[in-house]
Amino acid sequence: MTNNNPYLPFASDILDVIKHTEKEYTFRMAFKGDVKPGQFFEVSIPKYGEAPISVSGIGDGYIDLTIRKVGRVTNEVFERYKGQSLLLRGPYGNGFDVDLYRNGEVVVVAGGTGVSPVRGVIQALSQMPDATDKYVIAGFKSPADMLFKDDLKEWEKKLKLTLTVDGAPEGYTGNIGLVTKFIEGLPLKNPAEAKAVVVGPPPMMKFTIIELKKKGFKDSNITVSHERKMCCGLGKCGHCRVNDTYICLDGPVFNYEFAKNFVD
Amino acid sequence: MGYVLSREAFAAVIADLSKNYRIFAPVRKEGAGRFTDVDAVIYDYVCDSEKIELEAKSDYASKEFLTPLSETLLYFTENEVKESDLDTRPVLVFGRSCDINSLKRLDQIYLDNGLAKDPFYKRRRDLVKYVLIGCGHSYDNCFCVSMESNKCDDGYVFSIDLVEDNIQSNVPDKDFDKYFAQHCNDKKDVAPRYVKENEVKVAVPDSVPLSVITDALWDEYTTRCINCGRCNYVCPTCTCYTMQDVFYSDNGKVGERRRVGASCMVDGYTDVAGGGQYRRKNGERMRFKVLHKISDFKKRFGYHMCVGCGRCDDICPEYISFSNIIGKVYQASKEVK
Ligand SMILES: Cc1cc2nc3c(=O)[nH]c(=O)nc-3n(C[C@H](O)[C@H](O)[C@H](O)COP(=O)(O)OP(=O)(O)OC[C@H]3O[C@@H](n4cnc5c(N)ncnc54)[C@H](O)[C@@H]3O)c2cc1C
Ligand code: SF4
Ligand code: SF4
Ligand code: FES
Repeated sequence: MTNNNPYLPFASDILDVIKHTEKEYTFRMAFKGDVKPGQFFEVSIPKYGEAPISVSGIGDGYIDLTIRKVGRVTNEVFERYKGQSLLLRGPYGNGFDVDLYRNGEVVVVAGGTGVSPVRGVIQALSQMPDATDKYVIAGFKSPADMLFKDDLKEWEKKLKLTLTVDGAPEGYTGNIGLVTKFIEGLPLKNPAEAKAVVVGPPPMMKFTIIELKKKGFKDSNITVSHERKMCCGLGKCGHCRVNDTYICLDGPVFNYEFAKNFVD
Repeated sequence: MGYVLSREAFAAVIADLSKNYRIFAPVRKEGAGRFTDVDAVIYDYVCDSEKIELEAKSDYASKEFLTPLSETLLYFTENEVKESDLDTRPVLVFGRSCDINSLKRLDQIYLDNGLAKDPFYKRRRDLVKYVLIGCGHSYDNCFCVSMESNKCDDGYVFSIDLVEDNIQSNVPDKDFDKYFAQHCNDKKDVAPRYVKENEVKVAVPDSVPLSVITDALWDEYTTRCINCGRCNYVCPTCTCYTMQDVFYSDNGKVGERRRVGASCMVDGYTDVAGGGQYRRKNGERMRFKVLHKISDFKKRFGYHMCVGCGRCDDICPEYISFSNIIGKVYQASKEVK
């Protein structure tokens, strides 16, 4: 049975650990194989459990996992250092099709750890010849909660980035406000044809989509990524199911035209 | 081809079979039913034919061998992850037509949903053969005819019908013929009995409109249902599980990963980190369960998940009737059209 048992994790070396905030680190993990942004791995810690984590970066011989320390499994992950290893299984899920965004205007709206799954998409957008038609609105709770600060600086040079925080200590000079506040003012030439990618906590996604539609976006031009409780990532445990859709198999990335019919 | 055997001859057949197979069959357990003065019919391993309950419908489903309530998948030592071992002696599971029809549903999820076949399920599935207990009559709450699972034409190695103190067995599997031929020379053409009509009949809507999915009809169950999850645990077609890691208290370096049966009616099924939860209300959970059984599964795989065994109705401490709910959904869906 040992051959191809999808429940058996493999060991992956921790090549680097990048600290963003007290509670959010990126673990750069050795990995060779095909991966797309938006796909996820199960981080599998013996005796503690497993946690689905999105790929936040893909490079030659490695993947990045940006992990927020919130509980049993993720606490254990934070006990590991560069030079040690983690057990993983995956990649799972469909991921983003970056080619969809090659031509025309694109708006990515991401909140908090929601930036992780779209980081690869934003990187690709920033390399595209018409990068000035690509917009990113990234929101964090506070300046101290910002992820990927170095990336943000790089992206700002190539595409149109709006960085905002929900709240900030006095004296902060950047944008303050929810991501939804910045949609109306986007200087789009043709919102009816523009594409959008929305990833973040469920209420953020809901209100962002309302704003995008007010602006003139078509449902079918909006892509979303969903999170649900997941135990297997393989279509067996049932926890991630919504209607006749398995988020782990058919998603987590969906066209909103389809995903708007989800009833949890 | 088939046989008509005395109970003694049948006992001899079972005794012979139990030399080569573990026999997993419904047995009566006194006082273990929904009320303390009621027996429960549960599944257990038997060697003696007299222990097998051939008359009453089992309260629990035969899926327990394939998907045990708790199963260790992996063992962890300090440096190693090891798959659990399994007793590889073959198993004969006794079940009714609804049970054997439910196998297709279990296979659908564990073997054919997504690209990966579940190896822990498959290694058990490969060990199992099914024995069909014919149904001479319909039981309380059965609606198998409506769900088209009242009959099974294949999928079993032999059948058993207790008719006037004789056992009638149809033996489609040639490998099993020898067990019968040894103890019986009354070869006859016999066919397993099956139910052609149930007292409970349901009409399942072809499709359930969105307005019914969000209808107020589910609210009643927010108060009536106590989310105990028993309806899921007895259901022959429920497959959900949760992973559970443990370490041993006497040696924290060693532990295991188990999977345990999960219920979409019970708290915790959808919990995500940070207190997030979907379907807080029991009415919403009822809607999620019912629509899976009679609509969502079919949309994905082309046939209904529910086999109409009525076990969820038999077990519910709040007397909630699943077939009744199907009726309500049918009515509400019709009114929309
Ligand atoms: C597709 C997907 C991608 C994700 N990507 C990331 C990411 O890039 N970075 C990140 O920090 N977090 C991500 N999460 C959330 C992350 O999986 C949870 O925070 C993590 O499972 C919490 O586990 P824990 O044991 O540390 O916490 P606990 O609260 O102790 O976990 C309890 C149990 O709930 C389950 N669980 C808790 N939260 C979730 C959740 N949101 N989704 C699924 N199961 C959950 C766990 O499996 C665990 O068994 C993602 C979740 C999904 C579904
Ligand atoms: S329907 Fe009945 S058996 Fe099922 S969870 Fe509710 S109370 Fe329990
Ligand atoms: S939902 Fe109820 S009637 Fe249908 S298969 Fe499950 S237990 Fe039997
Ligand atoms: S995570 Fe188990 S079925 Fe999707």
